[in-house]
Amino acid sequence: MKITPEEVRHVARLARLSLSEAEVEKTTLQLDDILSYVEKLGELDTTGVLPMTHALDIRNAFRADETSASLPQREALANGPAHNGEAFTVPRVI
Amino acid sequence: MELHALTIHALQKLLSSGEISSLELTRAVLDRIDAVEPRVNAYITLDRNGALAQAGAADDRRRRGEGGSLCGIPLSIKDVLCTKGLRTTAGSRILEPFIPPYDATVVEKLRAAGAVILGKVSMDEFAMGSANENCAYGVPKNPWALTHVCGGSSGGSAASVAADECIASLGSDTGGSIRQPASHCGIVGIKPTYGRVSRFGLLAYASSLDQVGPLAKDVRDAAIMLNAISGYDPRDSTSVNQPVPDYTAALATDCTGLTIGIPKEYFGAGLDPEVEQAVRKGISLLAKAGAKIVEISLPHTEYGVAAYYIIAPAEASSNLARYDGVRYGFRDHDQHELLEMYRQSRSKGFGEEVKRRIIIGTYALSSGYYDAYYKKASQVRALIAQDYARAFAQCDLLVSPVTPAPAWKIGAKVDDPLSVYLSDILTICTNLAGLPGMSVPCGISTAGLPIGLQLQADHFAEEKIFRAAYALEQRLELAGNKPKL
Repeated sequence: MKITPEEVRHVARLARLSLSEAEVEKTTLQLDDILSYVEKLGELDTTGVLPMTHALDIRNAFRADETSASLPQREALANGPAHNGEAFTVPRVI
Repeated sequence: MELHALTIHALQKLLSSGEISSLELTRAVLDRIDAVEPRVNAYITLDRNGALAQAGAADDRRRRGEGGSLCGIPLSIKDVLCTKGLRTTAGSRILEPFIPPYDATVVEKLRAAGAVILGKVSMDEFAMGSANENCAYGVPKNPWALTHVCGGSSGGSAASVAADECIASLGSDTGGSIRQPASHCGIVGIKPTYGRVSRFGLLAYASSLDQVGPLAKDVRDAAIMLNAISGYDPRDSTSVNQPVPDYTAALATDCTGLTIGIPKEYFGAGLDPEVEQAVRKGISLLAKAGAKIVEISLPHTEYGVAAYYIIAPAEASSNLARYDGVRYGFRDHDQHELLEMYRQSRSKGFGEEVKRRIIIGTYALSSGYYDAYYKKASQVRALIAQDYARAFAQCDLLVSPVTPAPAWKIGAKVDDPLSVYLSDILTICTNLAGLPGMSVPCGISTAGLPIGLQLQADHFAEEKIFRAAYALEQRLELAGNKPKL
């Protein structure tokens, strides 16, 4: 096995997901399939190959530091599942 | 032919001569939607009143002598692009209540050109899928065979165009999500060069691969649509500041001077014989149109799926971290502890495939596995891009199938995600290299399912794609072929 149920639970926690035991079991099997397939990449010698993280050779895109209109507070809050008119509210943290 | 069945360019003539109004046209398309939508299920949100209001406004603009290239033309939009004031779900429960406060740049551009936006069409959740079966709002059906998938992830776009429930549509393509459903539904779909079209307002899946593009009834319509949406956008730092040609000017009936490469790896084992036959026929027609045909090798093609299913989930795991039940979308209000609120909101809001990809991506990026997975995949991505660079030193275009087989039956692969991933093998490398690619219809299988032919070109060489696709379309005369609904 490439991946164990314990690893799936750990990664799910890192990703802020909660899986039922049945989901952990199914996900472990499916991930094992997928990771076994991905092993294929190991057939290639990539020594010295520069990783490609972007499709085009674009360097940093700078712009002039000028202010422009931003989203009004009321519109920014409108989609929030809970807010007090000034900020999004969440369960108490401290 | 009825109005809903016409193309943009045919309707432009009728609208500008005053023979029809946009209001009449929009009503005709809404009637068509009423007639076939219960069977096709392409739309997630239909904006009937908004569409009629936009149509009236388009007619006013035309009377004043204004109005752009799409003035009064009714379009559908994949539900992954923000539309101001019109719900945008990305096919997910987690965004069920989301009303964007702004338009995506491409939507703004369509509105500026006078388009009428009918509504938002179905997709795999967050564009993750190849059959549009991962949608929280139901599975759209292939208009050619209602028992079959329409492809994905832009399945609703393709189904709505093929079923004449809109005149054209916008989709997005991260690993084939425009070309593959276009192929399965017998229409034209083009994924432009990465950076050609702004991604501002496109809900991100894998930012280094995502690109917005049109799905249309014929090649000329696809060119008209791409003209309308292309161009640099200061709000997308990856869009490229390069002049936009008039793609309709590239449409020509001959291919003299074009060298077409046939990548032998795209015709390997597992290719459906009917698909191969239809594509080979397309190649012979391109040769008759004057193209020179050469065999090409893209030796790393078979590694594309493996590289993609590390890179795309890795980017997705980061992009989808924003859905946390705080600023928009669904929150599990029963949770009174912050971490548990995040976990329950995300677990109840996301579907199975999205969770699977977030977990793969998180795993591939996690400490101890980064080099083995993400770095390795990014190196293989570089090798794939180098294959293409060598190929385009020898030819102008690459012609191949789009999918290994025609559309499959709904439900046939739901419990086997890997087999679905493997069906992307012929479209995925285009995105890894950031190239443009098109699917253009080239035949119908004996079971009555459409078959597409793929054209890939070098960065910003969309004009060559349009030229060859148009020449092929003229010779195949499939454009009048419609599914019987």
